[in-house]
Amino acid sequence: MIKTENTAGSSPVIELKNVTKTFGEVRSLSDVDFVVRPGEIVGLLGDNGAGKSTLVKTVMGFHRPDPGGEIYFHGERIHDWSVARARGLGIETVYQERALCEKQPIWRNMFMGRELRGKFGLLDVKRMRSEAARLMKEHMGFTSSAVHPDNVVATMSGGEKQGVAITRALYFEAQLVILDEPTMGLSLTETKKTLEFVGNIKKAGKSAIFIDHNIFHVYPVVDRLYVLDRGKVAGVYSKDEITMDELIERLYHVARSGKME
Amino acid sequence: MTTETANSDPAKSKPKDNSIKPPSAFRRYGSQFGIIGVGLAMWLVFVVAAPAVFTDIDIYVAFAQTTPQFGLIALALTFVVITGEIDLSFPSIMALGTAAFALTTYHGGMPWYVGLSVAFATGGLCGLLNGFLVAKLNIPSLVITIGTSFLYRGLELVLMNGTGVPLTRADYPVMHAIFRDPVFGFPVQTLWMIGIGIIMWLLLNRTRFGAHVFLVGDNPTSARLMGINTVSVKVRAFVLVGLVAVVSGLLTSFYGYYFWPTTGEGFLLNTIASVFLGGTSVFGGTGSMVGTFVASYIIGAINAGVVSAGINAFYTQLCFGLVIVISVVLQTIIERRVRGQSATGR
Repeated sequence: MIKTENTAGSSPVIELKNVTKTFGEVRSLSDVDFVVRPGEIVGLLGDNGAGKSTLVKTVMGFHRPDPGGEIYFHGERIHDWSVARARGLGIETVYQERALCEKQPIWRNMFMGRELRGKFGLLDVKRMRSEAARLMKEHMGFTSSAVHPDNVVATMSGGEKQGVAITRALYFEAQLVILDEPTMGLSLTETKKTLEFVGNIKKAGKSAIFIDHNIFHVYPVVDRLYVLDRGKVAGVYSKDEITMDELIERLYHVARSGKME
Repeated sequence: MTTETANSDPAKSKPKDNSIKPPSAFRRYGSQFGIIGVGLAMWLVFVVAAPAVFTDIDIYVAFAQTTPQFGLIALALTFVVITGEIDLSFPSIMALGTAAFALTTYHGGMPWYVGLSVAFATGGLCGLLNGFLVAKLNIPSLVITIGTSFLYRGLELVLMNGTGVPLTRADYPVMHAIFRDPVFGFPVQTLWMIGIGIIMWLLLNRTRFGAHVFLVGDNPTSARLMGINTVSVKVRAFVLVGLVAVVSGLLTSFYGYYFWPTTGEGFLLNTIASVFLGGTSVFGGTGSMVGTFVASYIIGAINAGVVSAGINAFYTQLCFGLVIVISVVLQTIIERRVRGQSATGR
């Protein structure tokens, strides 16, 4: 495990250099440089199709950048980037599509891809069940003792499902949490809870990438903002450089002209 | 009385805190209880219809010997079906694997253990090719395993030149001890079924591979997003079927003291019916070893039972059809109720 204190301020948690990603004819990202420093919350704004999801899926190892793109983790170039590798290094994502398996019970979803094992390398189902029950009580606000990790995810509400996805990211003590439109389809209280959660990531000294359509959700919680447009980084701002009104103004401008200034 | 229950019910179903109710055992294991129930009910019908036959041990010995021949593959096939795929080539793998055994031992004069190794290697390779075509090249398994089925069968017929091989006790004493002779009077075939059944249960319920089988079948995109190698999971499931098909081919051939080039023919529907009757979802993502295990014996019992009960053998298929259709319909309704949908769908 790399200690955050040693690297704080020096090398970024994750850095993408010159990353391009094409799907057949479609170029989703072109020459993107992207940095997240320790303890920093980075916002990602942009219209539909700007490349936000492609960017986070590249950070997460789901997409591989086209040749020429480079990925650095704590200053070290990583060649065999994959989801398993990224998760192993402490990057967790709450995906827009939630990435749940709905016919499965909560505990299976909670430990998806990182199942706990016990004796002889066999799954420790008992511990996964009890951990899932504990997490649901502590983080998802299911206060009753009747909480059951064997409930199938399909029976839960949208907010509860999102709770499972967020709790899952939290459980593995991630250094970097990526939230891809986490408030989509949530009620007001659920949205508030999610935003509080983003704030807690910062308090815990961890980093996050926060993507949302809603600038009113993004602006208050982030330290820095990337604006993406048609696969390119159209602008990068520290929060102290720009007010929310200026930002909105520029976003409209970008949407019309494709240029920041 | 009525008003009291009416008042207390909504209070119960809507607790003040936002807790969720634990699922009842019926909901969690409903389909497994269902299949065991069907099995018991059918057995009672047989006992009543033909008490002389069904209180005699012989009938049980008979289907304890024959059921595992397809039941074993049904256990392995359950993995493939849970991943959302199907393998129709296993009857051919049974034949090709056993042919590999016969060629190395009977024609090649090699000892039995070399034959076994070659047979398992062959079955494993067949499964590997199926898995590669389905998972890596993304070809629908329903189509491509029909293709490989012909491929493996054709290869086997060419290699064997269309002829069979006698598998006598004198030539293969050890193989008979392993795959044919009863152990303390108990049919060895069902011992295999129990042994492999336990291994398969552990594999499905207590290993990462098993956990990933469920996830890949439920939602492959989610599984990939969480870092699961969906290709490797599916390939391993197909290899499992390939390996177990060889065991089944050997059990079947030694049971008849002869390897027929047509080995495996007639196994396809029995096996697939066992998987689906056992409650494994056609859509992938759910299924159980207990279900497939019990369902295999139900399918086996229908065959033996209908005839022994003195019913005309023409009724076998009708009986098959009724049991399978009714069970699958019931399971679907139970599953929809669990998911809170209406019984007829959306």
